[in-house]
Amino acid sequence: MDFAFSEEQTLLRNSVQKFVQNNYPFDTRRQIVKSEAGWKRENWKQFAELGLLGAPFTEEQGGLGGGPIETMIIMEEFGRGLVVEPYLGTVVLAGGFLRHGGSKAQQEQLIPEIIEGKRVFAFAFAEPQGRYNLADLQVTAKKAGSGYTLNGHKAVVVGAPWADTLIVTARTSGGQRDAKGVSVFVVDKKAKGVATRDYPTVDGLRASEVTFENVSVGADAMVGQVDDGLKLVEQVTDEGIAALSAEAIGAMKVLNDTTVEYCKTRKQFGVPIGKFQVLQHRMVDMFMNYEQSVSITYMVTLKLGESETERKKAASAAKVQIGKAGRFIGQNAVQLHGGMGMTDELNVGHYFKRLTMIDTMFGNVDHHLKRYASFD
Amino acid sequence: MNLDFTPAEETFRDEVRQFIAENYPAEIRGKSRGEFTSKDDFLAWHKALYKKGWIAPSWPKEYGGTGWTSTQKYIFSEECARADTPLVLPFGVAMVGPVIYTFANEEQKKEHLPKILSGEVWWCQGYSEPGSGSDLASLKTRAVREGDYYIVNGQKTWTTLAQYADWIFCLVRTDPNAKQQQGISFLLIDMKTPGVTVKPIITMDGAHEVNEVFLDNVKVPVKNLIGKENEGWTYAKFLLGHERAGIAGVARSKRGVEKLKKIAETEQDGGKPLLDDPEFSRHVAELEVDLLALEFTELRTLAGESKGRGPGPEASILKIKGTDIQQRLTELTLEAVAYYGNPYKPFAHDHMTNEYVPGPEYAAGAAQNYFLTRRTTIYGGSSEIQRNIIAKMVLGL
Repeated sequence: MDFAFSEEQTLLRNSVQKFVQNNYPFDTRRQIVKSEAGWKRENWKQFAELGLLGAPFTEEQGGLGGGPIETMIIMEEFGRGLVVEPYLGTVVLAGGFLRHGGSKAQQEQLIPEIIEGKRVFAFAFAEPQGRYNLADLQVTAKKAGSGYTLNGHKAVVVGAPWADTLIVTARTSGGQRDAKGVSVFVVDKKAKGVATRDYPTVDGLRASEVTFENVSVGADAMVGQVDDGLKLVEQVTDEGIAALSAEAIGAMKVLNDTTVEYCKTRKQFGVPIGKFQVLQHRMVDMFMNYEQSVSITYMVTLKLGESETERKKAASAAKVQIGKAGRFIGQNAVQLHGGMGMTDELNVGHYFKRLTMIDTMFGNVDHHLKRYASFD
Repeated sequence: MNLDFTPAEETFRDEVRQFIAENYPAEIRGKSRGEFTSKDDFLAWHKALYKKGWIAPSWPKEYGGTGWTSTQKYIFSEECARADTPLVLPFGVAMVGPVIYTFANEEQKKEHLPKILSGEVWWCQGYSEPGSGSDLASLKTRAVREGDYYIVNGQKTWTTLAQYADWIFCLVRTDPNAKQQQGISFLLIDMKTPGVTVKPIITMDGAHEVNEVFLDNVKVPVKNLIGKENEGWTYAKFLLGHERAGIAGVARSKRGVEKLKKIAETEQDGGKPLLDDPEFSRHVAELEVDLLALEFTELRTLAGESKGRGPGPEASILKIKGTDIQQRLTELTLEAVAYYGNPYKPFAHDHMTNEYVPGPEYAAGAAQNYFLTRRTTIYGGSSEIQRNIIAKMVLGL
C-alpha cells in the first residue's frame, strides 16, 4: 500500500498549479465568469498544450496514458482555482463515454479532437421530471431508416453553451424508467432540430435547456450498445463523481485555509477570533471534514476499476461524504467570516456556491445514501 | 393553560384576513423582496397598513400603536405570513421608533414618529463597522461636538437598503477616553447631509441590499442626539432586545414549510411525489417538529411579555432556533427542486439582456435564497454571540 504520487504525477500537479496561479487569480476568474462567453478559449488552448486534455487517453490515441489518479490531480487543482472551463464535461465525461463505449471510428475521429482542444462536449442527461434517476427518460430516440430520430427536452445541461457536441441519453425502448432501453448518442449541437436556451448558473458556470425536435442522427452516432446504455452511463457518471470529489477537496482546502487565516487576523473583543474555543472547535471540525473527504476521494479514485458493485458503492460513498463535508465547510466558512463571508467580493462565497452545486450534480447526499444502501 | 382563541379573537382573525384580501397591493402580489424594483414596491404594503392604523402593533397606543393583545399580534402576524405579504421593514417601525418613543424628547418624538408610521421617512441602521461586528462596542465612528453641531467621521457597513434611506440612526463615539460602552451616543443623521456617501455591497446571491455608508465631516445638529450624550449603548442594547424578539419568524417559517410541502408534492421522484419519499418527508417532519417547539417557546415568551416581563436574554433562543429553521427551510427547498435550483435568477441591477430562468417558477432562485439566508445567523448578533448571552445571562457561567 502506498499513497505517494509518482514523479510524473507530481510534475503534472505542478504544471496545473502553475496554470492556476498564472491564469486564475480570483479577479481574473471574476472577469472570465462575467465575460460574454463565460469561459476563455485561450485557457482551453493552454490545457491542450499542457497535455491536460489528453490526460486519460492512451499514448496510441495521442494522450498522456494517465488514469483516475491523473484526473484527480487535475480536478483537485482546478477546484482550488474554481476553474470554469468544461474539463469535466469534455475530458472526463465525453472522454469516458468514448473510451469505454466508443466505436473505433468514433474514437479515431473524436478523441484527437478533444486532445487538440478542437472539440468541446457537454453531457445532456438530466430531464425536468427525472430528478437523479439516470434512467428516467422522456427524451426518445426512435429508429428511422438506418439511424434514429430524437425528441425531447434535457434540463440544466452544464457547459452546453460552450459545447460543439452533446452526449445525449435517450430512450430507445421500454418504459420511462426502465433500466433496459437507454441508449447514448453523440449529437452535433448544430444539427437540425437542436435548440438551446443558455443561462448562467449560481456558481459562475453556464448551462442550457436543450430541446430536440425530430433530430436525425445516423446509426454511427450511438455510443455503446443499443438499449444497453445505462451501464455505460453509470460507469461514466461514477468516474464523474470521482472527478467532482477531487474538485471539491480542492475547493474545501482553500475555504479551510482562508478561514483559519481570517480567524488568526480578525480581532474582536481585543483578541483574534481564532482564540475563541468555540470557533477553534468549529475549524477543527472543518479540518476533519476535509481530511475525511480527501480519504474518500482517494478511495473512489482507486476503486473506479473494480467490479461494478464495488465501483458504484465507492462512488456513492464519496458523493455522500463530499456532499456533507462541502455543506459543513461551506456554511461554516461563511459563518466564521461573518458579514464578509456573505459578500460577492470575497472568494469564500464563490467556493461555497461551487460546493453546493457539486452536491446536486449526479445526485445529492440522500440519493447516494440510498444507492449505497441498496447494494447490501 | 389553554390554547383556545376566544370568539372575539376569531372575529379579529376574520377582520385581518379580509383586510389583507382587500388591501394587499396588486402590483407587488406574489413578488419576493428581491423582485422589488423601486422604493414604492417596498412601501406599498407599509402604506396600506398605515392607512388602516395597523403599521405598528407593538407601539404604545398613544404613539400610534394598535393596542392589541399579544394574542392579536400573533394572529395578525400569522395572517400576514399566510397571505405572503411583504415584511414591514424593521428599521423605522421596529428599531428606531421604539428607541425614540422610549428615550427621545417631545420635540424629537413629534418630528420623527409620525413620519416613521406613514413611511414618509425611510430609516437605515448605522451600527456595524468594518472593525466592529460581534464586538459592536468597539466602534470607531467619531462625533466631535463643535457648537450646536457634531462633526461625524467614520464608516458604517452592512447597512441594509441604505440606498433608499432618508435618515440613518447611528452609534457614534463621543468620548474616546471613556470605557468602550460608556463613550457611545445615539445620533440621528439626515442622509442628504453633505459628506454622507453610500456604496453598494453585492452579496454572494447577487443581490444589492446592503451597503457601506461613509461619513466624512458630516455636520449633525446636536438636537439630533437621542437621550444623553455617552449613554447611547443603553439605547442600543434596548434596541437589540427588540430586534431579537421579532426575529424568530415563526409564522413565516410555518408558511415556508407549507410551500415546501407543496413543492415536494409536485416534484417527482421515480414517478411518485417527492413528499412520499421516506427520507425527504423525514427531513420535513424534523423541521416541522423543531418549528412547533419554537412556536410554543415564542408563545411562552409572548405570554410573559403580556404579563410585563421583558423578552430578556431567553429571547436569544428565538434568534438561534428561528434562524436555524429558516436556513434549513431554504436548504430543503433547494434539495427539493434538484437541478432547477441552480440557474442564476438575475436582479434588476444586473442589467442582463437575457433574463431567462428555466424550470418551474417555485424553483427559480432556490440556491440564491439558500445562500442569502446564511446571513441570518450572522446579523443581529451571530448565533455564537447569542449563545454567549445565554451562557452568561441565563446560565450564569
